[in-house]
Amino acid sequence: MIRKQDFRQIGPVLWEIPTTFREDMRVPVRVFADDRMLEDALSDRSILQAVNASTLPGLVSHVSVMPDVHQGYGFPIGGVAATRLPDGVISPGGIGYDINCGVRLLASNISAEEAEPHLENLASALYANCPSGVGGKGSVRLSAKQLDQVCRLGSEWTLKNGYARPEDVQRTEEGGRIMGADPSHVSQRALQRGRPQLGSLGAGNHFIEVDLVDQIFHPEAARAMGLNEGSIALQIHCGSRGFGHQICSDYVRELQAAVQRYKIHLPDRELVCAPLNSPEGERYLSAMSCAANYAFANRQVLVHHARKAFEQALAGKVRDWDLHQVYDIAHNMGKIEEHTVDGKKVRVCVHRKGATRAFGPGFPELPEEYRSLGQPVLVPGSMGTSSWVLLGTEESMSLSFGSSCHGAGRVMSRKKAKRTVRGDQLREELEASGIRIRAHSMPGLAEEAPQAYKDVDSVVDVVVQAGIAQKVARLLPLAVIKG
Amino acid sequence: MEGRDFEEVEHTADSALRIRGANLEQLFCNAAVGMMQLAGIESLAGPTRKRRIELQASDSESLLVAWLEELLYVIEMEEVSFTKFDLTVEDNTSLTAKVQEAPIGNIKRHIKAVTYHDLKIAQVEGGLEVTVVFDV
Repeated sequence: MIRKQDFRQIGPVLWEIPTTFREDMRVPVRVFADDRMLEDALSDRSILQAVNASTLPGLVSHVSVMPDVHQGYGFPIGGVAATRLPDGVISPGGIGYDINCGVRLLASNISAEEAEPHLENLASALYANCPSGVGGKGSVRLSAKQLDQVCRLGSEWTLKNGYARPEDVQRTEEGGRIMGADPSHVSQRALQRGRPQLGSLGAGNHFIEVDLVDQIFHPEAARAMGLNEGSIALQIHCGSRGFGHQICSDYVRELQAAVQRYKIHLPDRELVCAPLNSPEGERYLSAMSCAANYAFANRQVLVHHARKAFEQALAGKVRDWDLHQVYDIAHNMGKIEEHTVDGKKVRVCVHRKGATRAFGPGFPELPEEYRSLGQPVLVPGSMGTSSWVLLGTEESMSLSFGSSCHGAGRVMSRKKAKRTVRGDQLREELEASGIRIRAHSMPGLAEEAPQAYKDVDSVVDVVVQAGIAQKVARLLPLAVIKG
Repeated sequence: MEGRDFEEVEHTADSALRIRGANLEQLFCNAAVGMMQLAGIESLAGPTRKRRIELQASDSESLLVAWLEELLYVIEMEEVSFTKFDLTVEDNTSLTAKVQEAPIGNIKRHIKAVTYHDLKIAQVEGGLEVTVVFDV
């Protein structure tokens, strides 16, 4: 059991568990949290999972834990850990089954006032155009050859095939394409699962949300992003579907033997891993990149359908019904990056499980219009609450390997949420407060109730206070489509 | 043995089942039934089919993960559920199952994966017990 007194406070919202806490820790664990969040984190196994993650071979500096942390499997959700190249490890469980689960934000010139009379129709059109739900088939059925191309090209495939605009691709993390993706490292089973699902939202906590841009905190950045106070925006949250789930499952199983081969001792079998320069590690990184590219393409195809839905519901009723991409960001990913550790530049694999990149200004990979500002960070809320657009900072590079929080973070189990919240009642309450809801499953809606999550505004306040991000805009939900 | 064959236990983000069985065969059957209940799978009356599943793994925990993953794969790809299990486990590493399938009417919850998180099949009074965490 880990207690508050096991931490030393090293900043107003930064707490550290030193390596002396447990013999097998290789680096300290640093938690970004206020008092309340730290207590929440200690109420489940999140911090224990972060301590377990700190035992991975090849870790550098420290394991970071974001304020939206909650218990996951292997790594906590909200965990960031960097392993050095060439012989540090890569751990599929430290990235997660939904590889490149992420969030995309699109802006519009539609005022909320103009949209208001049409929001019911817009919610219905989004629900009808964007396939969602358990096991949902996507809108594009890929041939084996097409899936091979999606794996290799990601968003570029969607551009070549009429699902994207050049600026969508440009305003996607890594340009929507991770290099080194080789589908020969993906199982037949994963390929079979991937072929029918492109262009689908899935279920669980995935959603499409129409938002009001409620408040601007950083006018220059908001202008660059095309976010205008009082206008509506669209968020899409989903990942690599069954394709990514199968790839992670395949490699978690395969690496059970690899850890014995490489004599790696772990406190939890879900943390299985292999050195980045081993055949197993290289194969997983390549397969993970296929799933990452699939997820970028998946969100892009959904954008294509969302634009159609906007046209169906709003054409002829508002002046300009178009949607412009702000950014697309991954929050379950392993990335090869260069960071400065102890004054030296090192190449590392940054595992972000429920955490996003939050690179500061000057990062050459950012689209030109964002380069002097920093990377957009998208923090979705919990259906009835606000969502946030932030910017990464220079300080985040040393504090958290250029990473920030990815959402509000759960505090209530799904089991308890279903016990305390009724889906149909929640829907009525949300609709009474002006939020249109379209959902496949009422128990599923109850599991995702806002009260099951932390206060996202407080989570954002902590990352801002810690210096790893700054506020750009706050969004408020107007319509939510749940899988 | 006393207690239910399976029960959902608290997990903040995902879902977990504590499963019991007098032996590995019963534990694996109960895990399959528990997982389908967790997913809220409703079977339709209609034509049933039999399927034979053979799996191998390095130890009993890996075999359990492989078994549940196999069922999840068939549920997703073929849209069938399972109504009867006849299962044999040999040497903790080899499984042969004859299962009866039925068409699926509805699935309420998507289970993404079966994890190895803290996975340990333990000997308890009257049989075996394991807690499986599912990514949902």
